Amino acid sequence: MSFLVRAKQKVSKFLKSFFSKKRSRIGIYGPPNAGKTTLANRIVRDWTGDAVGPVSEIPHETRRARRKEDITITGTNGSSVVIDIVDTPGVTTKIDYNEFLEYGLEKDEAVKRAREATEGVAEAMHWLRDDIDGVIYMLDSTLDPFLQVNIMMIGIIESRKLPVVIVANKIDLPDAAPQRIRSAFPQHPVISISGMEGDNVEELYEKMTEMFG
Amino acid sequence: MIQGVQIDFLSAERLDRLTMMEKIRLILDDVRSGTIVVLEKGLAPEEQSRLIELTMLEIKPDGFSGIELETYPARGGNEGLGGFFSRLVGKKSESRLTVIGPANQLKTLKKDEDLISAWVSSR
Repeated sequence: MSFLVRAKQKVSKFLKSFFSKKRSRIGIYGPPNAGKTTLANRIVRDWTGDAVGPVSEIPHETRRARRKEDITITGTNGSSVVIDIVDTPGVTTKIDYNEFLEYGLEKDEAVKRAREATEGVAEAMHWLRDDIDGVIYMLDSTLDPFLQVNIMMIGIIESRKLPVVIVANKIDLPDAAPQRIRSAFPQHPVISISGMEGDNVEELYEKMTEMFG
Repeated sequence: MIQGVQIDFLSAERLDRLTMMEKIRLILDDVRSGTIVVLEKGLAPEEQSRLIELTMLEIKPDGFSGIELETYPARGGNEGLGGFFSRLVGKKSESRLTVIGPANQLKTLKKDEDLISAWVSSR
């Protein structure tokens, strides 16, 4: 009897692994304070009930990439995708600890924050080359999207032929102009959302199942 | 003693003779010493990615705080219908003149299709 049970379990495990969907590693990239961790938290909370990390007004709150594995996202048409979500530090070409002093941090704390942020960005860039299957590129829709770092990052993502969804975040703010982002990157799908309020995230989930499945 | 800022103009031919890491090392060493570097031809995406990574690893408190970098939008490359058409016919986007300098000395004032306006301070 136990032999039959074990055999059944083995067959079941084999079939499950054979037919299970491929898991894609999706990186959330973008400049500092675009709302990456807020979106990562929302995705993880919506589909697993958990969270990824803290958010704050101070740039580079996320200094090390955080990963949440095995999230199944289902679109309204029933199609689904299994992903590992990787929340990354804001990509930049410069970090000066003096910037953090303006937010009331002590010098030691600001220097530590700067050091951790530089290591985190380097790591995130390394992962983009080796470890990421798709990208959600987050932009603050109240700001100019034509920053050099955004143009560079989209170019790097395109050169690696990674599927990318551009997210125009913070549409709940009065200065939001997601159309500027659509004009800047017409070659990619752009979804306008408020990560904070949850506006349009269903549309984003739909697009994620389409692009990353 | 004369005070000022050194600007190195690097030709496409000179950069083409270097490996990716030699190119990035040359740029970062120049910029860390306070030089503004102007590249006749911009960097490839892989080189840009490595440049950001290495820049981050070299930032030091009260020392090097990173780079400021500007380039013209790629000709017929990333944007608009021209970009889409270029990809459709397999044409590679052309990387263009690029200005790189120390973040604490170089500040971009304005940039558009054909103009990069920058402000440079001596240390």
